[in-house]
Amino acid sequence: MLCDICHKKEATVHLTEIINDQITELHLCEECAKEKGSEVEQHFDLADLLAGLTDFGAKPAQKEDGSIKCPNCNMTYADLKKIGRLGCSQCYAIFKKSLAPLLKRIHGNTQHIGKSPKTLGKEAKQKTQAQILKAEMEKQIKMENFEEAAKLRDKIKELEKPASGVKERKKGEQK
Amino acid sequence: MTINDLLKQTGEWLRGTGPNSDIIISSRIRLARNLNKIPFSRWANKKQTEAVLEAVKTPVLESICMKNNLFLKIADLDNIDKQLLLERHLVSRELIVGSDNKAVAISGNEAISVMINEEDHLRIQVIESGFNLSDVWKIIDALDDELSKKLDFAFSSDWGYLTACPTNTGTGMRGSVMLHLPALVLSKQINKVLAAILKIGLAARGFYGEGTEAIGNFFQISNQVTLGHSEEELIDNLERIIRQVVESEAQARESLMNKNAEMVKDRIWRAYGTLKSAYIITSNESIELLSAVRLGVDLGIMKGIDRLFLNDLLITTQPAHLQKVEGKALSAAERDVKRATLIKEKLK
Repeated sequence: MLCDICHKKEATVHLTEIINDQITELHLCEECAKEKGSEVEQHFDLADLLAGLTDFGAKPAQKEDGSIKCPNCNMTYADLKKIGRLGCSQCYAIFKKSLAPLLKRIHGNTQHIGKSPKTLGKEAKQKTQAQILKAEMEKQIKMENFEEAAKLRDKIKELEKPASGVKERKKGEQK
Repeated sequence: MTINDLLKQTGEWLRGTGPNSDIIISSRIRLARNLNKIPFSRWANKKQTEAVLEAVKTPVLESICMKNNLFLKIADLDNIDKQLLLERHLVSRELIVGSDNKAVAISGNEAISVMINEEDHLRIQVIESGFNLSDVWKIIDALDDELSKKLDFAFSSDWGYLTACPTNTGTGMRGSVMLHLPALVLSKQINKVLAAILKIGLAARGFYGEGTEAIGNFFQISNQVTLGHSEEELIDNLERIIRQVVESEAQARESLMNKNAEMVKDRIWRAYGTLKSAYIITSNESIELLSAVRLGVDLGIMKGIDRLFLNDLLITTQPAHLQKVEGKALSAAERDVKRATLIKEKLK
């Protein structure tokens, strides 16, 4: 698609505006978008910009194959790049390789430490809890509160215990 | 409750009371939630969006905080009604474009609205007047917990709540506070403040949220990052910054009154005079003038007018509200006349 202003370059910035219930779409190349200046700047949809940048930060070896397809919703990697929105919750696992650096770029983090749904299984909940404590532990270490950090480390061990406990017993049985 | 009943009341967030209500209009939090495996709304087909609507409708309407609710399918609304909901901040722009199985449930006092088949399957929002983010969080957290017991939300222990747009992944939470900052604008400090806000990773927007201009010195400040911090941390961070902005606005007001009291009073009374006597007022002009009168009330220069009255005028003079009362579509020119008449009557 060519830019609506210069009609020469490829449009990479897509704007949708609603004025008096009329939807207006504007497709611009980066240069014309810049020239439009601050007026357009605040209309930038972050995700639209990101659509063109999904590979940014990924090492060449990690690049996603354009033909990878989500088996649940049929979104391809090419669709994802074009639309800038994921197709379904399963896409997160399918496009993990390019999403991880993207999420890091947007949020500066790739580990959720907020709340979790009430229906979540006990094990998943404990894992989430352990991750929250780990983040807290790192904070304490940075602040050189080593005593506090040690307490947190013990709590984390306790939370992560059940799964590893089973493994150890299995090893023992084999011997 | 019907959509016409909304016209008889003023939304909870427009009460004009609550902490710091001389500078802060309202505090709002929204959560983005999706059902596991069902394609996100934009990528879903009609059957799938219908399945979402069916699955979430009952749990949403049965939740305790949605008593006396209003449930509206977007497809059943005409353009004026859609715009009316937008003007009352009960729906987003995204929700009212297109109509496939989109709906909204609104609590009786308009504090809670749950949008269905927006960009995400569910967009839950709670707004209250004044600086009240922690209170708002308590309400929305409880509602989210209640819904999560009945609905299978898309969630991963690494990336948190999975949303259509990666900018919402994690907590799926956006907290935003609407502030009235006339003194920072008048003293030309606002750009410095906004630039600082952007630098620390928060966003500043206009009266009607994303992609809108700042009019009448109203600004919305919200968090951008949603992943890697707990909801409480994000709220706490936002609150700390807002407190600083409130402080700067208060100082700017004080220094304006110390150095330029006549200029400030002149502006305020001129605005009042125009509102009381004009025959034609555009929507933007009315917001600008009401902003000036509001400053007069906040500074104690104008007596006998309260913020609820001004907030109510701010909303009832918007295009769809004028047309709804009139019962028909009006041209922009007709609206400007109606608006001026309405304001004159109310200020009598």
